[in-house]
Amino acid sequence: MEPPLIEFKDVTKRFGLRTVLERVNLQIYEGQVTTIIGLSGSGKSVLLKHIIGLLKPDEGTILFKGKPLTTMKKNEKAASLAQFSYMFQDNALFDSMTVYENIALPLRETTNLKKAEIDLRVTARMEQLELSDAANKYPSELSGGMQKRAALARALVTDPKIVLFDEPTSGQDPVRKNAILSMIAKYQRKFGFTAILVSHEIPDVYFISNRILALYDQAIVFQGTPEELENFDHPFKDEVILSLEGLQEELTGLYSKRQFKVLHHLQWKQKTPGESYSVVVFTLEEMDAIITSLGHEAAQEALRSMGVYIDKHFGAIGGFSTRRHTNEFVTVLPDSDLTEVESMLKDFIDDFQGQGIRGIWAGGRKQAASEVCVEFAILAGIAQGQPIGEIDSVINSAKHQQKEIARLRCDVRR
Amino acid sequence: MALNTDSQGLSKGEARWPLVTLLTRPFAAIGRAAIRWISNLGASAVFLFLAILNIVRPKQGPKIIQQIYFIGAKSSMIIMLVGLSTGMVMGLQFYRALVKVGAEGAMGTLVALSLVREMGPMLTAIMIAARAGSAITAEIGIQRISEQIDALETMRIDPLRYLISPRIAASIISFPLLTALFDLIGMIGGYISGVLLLGANSGTYLHRVQVSMEMEDVTEGFIKAIVFAVIVSTVCCYQGYFVHMRTDSHGAKAVGLSTTSAVVLSCVLIMVADYVLTSLLI
Repeated sequence: MEPPLIEFKDVTKRFGLRTVLERVNLQIYEGQVTTIIGLSGSGKSVLLKHIIGLLKPDEGTILFKGKPLTTMKKNEKAASLAQFSYMFQDNALFDSMTVYENIALPLRETTNLKKAEIDLRVTARMEQLELSDAANKYPSELSGGMQKRAALARALVTDPKIVLFDEPTSGQDPVRKNAILSMIAKYQRKFGFTAILVSHEIPDVYFISNRILALYDQAIVFQGTPEELENFDHPFKDEVILSLEGLQEELTGLYSKRQFKVLHHLQWKQKTPGESYSVVVFTLEEMDAIITSLGHEAAQEALRSMGVYIDKHFGAIGGFSTRRHTNEFVTVLPDSDLTEVESMLKDFIDDFQGQGIRGIWAGGRKQAASEVCVEFAILAGIAQGQPIGEIDSVINSAKHQQKEIARLRCDVRR
Repeated sequence: MALNTDSQGLSKGEARWPLVTLLTRPFAAIGRAAIRWISNLGASAVFLFLAILNIVRPKQGPKIIQQIYFIGAKSSMIIMLVGLSTGMVMGLQFYRALVKVGAEGAMGTLVALSLVREMGPMLTAIMIAARAGSAITAEIGIQRISEQIDALETMRIDPLRYLISPRIAASIISFPLLTALFDLIGMIGGYISGVLLLGANSGTYLHRVQVSMEMEDVTEGFIKAIVFAVIVSTVCCYQGYFVHMRTDSHGAKAVGLSTTSAVVLSCVLIMVADYVLTSLLI
């Protein structure tokens, strides 16, 4: 594996008699989305502030590209830290400045760019983040979501290589939470920066993260992929993940990935050898086109509508569903074989083409700011599994079988 | 340094010698207060030094002009009002006192010298501390508690350069100018009450004002104004900038208390500095 971009070695931080971080060791890799999870007040923000140099450790070392920050010369350290940008939990926008002035501030103060060049860059960022109409407004005049976008625009205007997000979704409703996470994922792909998030939005944050770091009892107790976290056996899982996850996913009304696995395991235990189950994988295609044309919130609302529709249809006949990736849903039908599922899917398709896809569109339209025409398609694939096999391979098999089951065209929308 | 404490919150030494503890506790409190005061004094000196170093940096001009507008131009009305009333009161009082000894001709001298040497710099500084100083503390304090100052640091913008230096520079420029305005309006106030209302001789008043004032009187007034500018701007900026370090309160309450402390401390230091400067310059 490539050397880490940022590494903590035995970092300890105390505030008076209270120890917040105790011999923390972690690695963050370039180009990835890394999320630090943990309960409120567990020291996540303190950890983040150490990365950007707002706080200094009492003990231990922080390495940037293998070199300790403490041994770097002043210019070298300044150059390293200049690659960072930070988005605060409460945005920290300057309330006496307009949105435009807030975004332009780092360019005006830290570069020698001409006014026209600054204007060009700020305008471009505002357009990318759908803030053009808010340029002359003050932060207090904006909605929570727009304030987040303004803070993100300010964080990205200097083209940073590493962006730190402190609780980017705090205080947002479920649709906006996912819209913000989706926005971060989109811009991370687009601009290629390394993203470090602090969040307790479990499991939503898994969909956009390459790596998860779990902060528990003043130390990092887990580092790995979201999939590896599913198999992590530690009190952290019971005390933190379970408490945050809730019974059903807030956004779609579906089960979380872990609860989905637990349910599947229970079904599997009740089955006798030879009995089979079926899996259906649904994908909302052209998600990026919806985001680009209608915005993140509209895309998330469309996904929510799709999840609700799938759950309503298959839940009634004993199926249970989860959201697997940003735009992908998986449904398990425990007592149905392939022939039965094909028949059920046919009914679903008939119903879906008649009403479902319009419902998804209507959901998206509610949150959309424009009347732009967007075509999108829903894919579905089915596969049959045996209790002895791994469900992941059955899901992959269903994914390979996917074909288009419905498409919304601009001419039939009205 | 962490204290070794027992379950009742007393150190081992305190538990063993309660009478000694009782007797030494007031001295310990005085010592702690003295250490805290000296620490704050040292920290404010470093704060001021770094802020002054950052005044002559690129891109500071527009920010300094903006602050001159806020601290200076927007304070001019209140300075004129206070200057006029002070001058008029002085005209009344001096005329009544001097007429008893038949020296009402010296009224112009007394009004002019009192204003230029003492009342002008001191009252101007107190008025600006109350109007602009409190606003500076509150503004910087809110920026601190809402993480706007931390945001500046993450953007690699030095908060001292961006927030503090322009305010100190603007104060150093504005205070002498406002003091001059106060002096002028005060002398007009003395003329209105002494000459126009009480009937003192107009020519004598104006002549005395002109001949009794020397350049060193004006210089003394301006030196005081500059010293007061440094005191007021440093105290007000420092109280706002370190509002999060207060141990007695947090958040909005801390901003309120810091604003009060800034104005009270500025006024006390102005008076102390006025006495020291007068004794040195006289």
